[in-house]
Amino acid sequence: MIGRIRDKNDIAAAIARDITAEHPDGAYVNLGIGQPTLVADHLPDDSGVVLHTENGMLNMGPAAHGDEVDPDLVNAGKVPVTELPGAAYFHHADSFAMMRGGHLDVCVLGAFQVSTAGDLANWHTGAPDAIPAVGGAMDLAIGAKRVWVMMTLFDKQGAPKLVPECTYPLTGLGCVERVYTDLGTFAVGPGGLQVLEVHGIDPDELARRLGLLDAVGERRT
Amino acid sequence: MTARICDGYDEAVAGTADGSTVLVGGFGMAGMPVDLIDALIRQGAADLTIVSNNAGNGDTGLAALLATGRVRKVICSFPRQADSWVFDDLYRSGRIELEVVPQGNLAERMRAAGAGIGAFYSPTAVGTPLAEGKEVREIDGRTYLLEYPIHGDLALIKAHTADRMGNLVYRRTARNFGPVMATAARTVAVQVDRVVETGALDPENVITPGIYVDRVVAAEQERAA
Repeated sequence: MIGRIRDKNDIAAAIARDITAEHPDGAYVNLGIGQPTLVADHLPDDSGVVLHTENGMLNMGPAAHGDEVDPDLVNAGKVPVTELPGAAYFHHADSFAMMRGGHLDVCVLGAFQVSTAGDLANWHTGAPDAIPAVGGAMDLAIGAKRVWVMMTLFDKQGAPKLVPECTYPLTGLGCVERVYTDLGTFAVGPGGLQVLEVHGIDPDELARRLGLLDAVGERRT
Repeated sequence: MTARICDGYDEAVAGTADGSTVLVGGFGMAGMPVDLIDALIRQGAADLTIVSNNAGNGDTGLAALLATGRVRKVICSFPRQADSWVFDDLYRSGRIELEVVPQGNLAERMRAAGAGIGAFYSPTAVGTPLAEGKEVREIDGRTYLLEYPIHGDLALIKAHTADRMGNLVYRRTARNFGPVMATAARTVAVQVDRVVETGALDPENVITPGIYVDRVVAAEQERAA
């Protein structure tokens, strides 16, 4: 499929579609701060998806507005949210035991870089003046059963973010299963790179721009 | 020793020594014990190590404590935020030490301290820069890092309601690190919206049992004093 390049809502819709299709009996899902939170807007009401937030809640509802805002009820990005029927609160050690213990079905994270082997870099640019801040990213990366990444395929300078080896400091080793981008969806991991969907670009052109001609060409047909 | 209901916030932090390690609850401002932190600023203890998820927001609470220059080191998971300018300035000018700990390891290291665990193996951060200097061990084909407990001399926590035994109930996501920090410090001071008579809390709903709690201050009582 070529069609048009996906915007962030298109990518979020594709992730929501796949979560629902691949977990027909529902799923426990953690959405990382930033763009991955958009996935929630595309989940059907009857999807059976229960959202987990690292700061101690299951069955988190949408963002709070007006009178709903309660400073005691926020998401991982400290944005006021709401609770859905069936919500549960728990402390931080329990919340991260849920991650580390493999109880979350899917986690969707943003990334600076992902390697074809599934290594993830999303917490630190490595710049000398940057203040390192990891939050829950490393626990999520190695904890959830399936880690999916949502990002643009190229950075603002045009450099690929899907790379043979990450040059930014790593968040986790071999933990990413799938990468959803504006130009395509990719499977990564021990088996290498596989193109699942291409959007708005000729596949050969995509392979050339990624500099991963062999990997893409080999698996594409 | 059972919990003491204090007359005010200053009494709850009295005796804090220079060089103390202070565990501070809260995730951003949710569950941040702002009044106890203000009391610690008045109390004046210096050379502190602060353990908290963040490194202060805006100019109040933890940020106000950092601004006094009495904090030597911050151990946290996520210092950098849009409104963390107090910490950012101290860090960039070399006036404060930072130990970044993945959030789950931060919680589990305090849980271990409170549970009498000497150390534990965690899969978090394997292969990353935060693994540097840590013992690596393979168990059943998976790689882990050895993590040590974090003990506090003092914990400052915000809960919703306490009874006179120090049993605590929290509110929504303001619970966050409170129950874990309550187990991990030698002295645990809690600010609550109100204190109720013993027996008024449903025992089935108590989240932090009073055995962990030393000092309680109620906002209503403080206003009346």
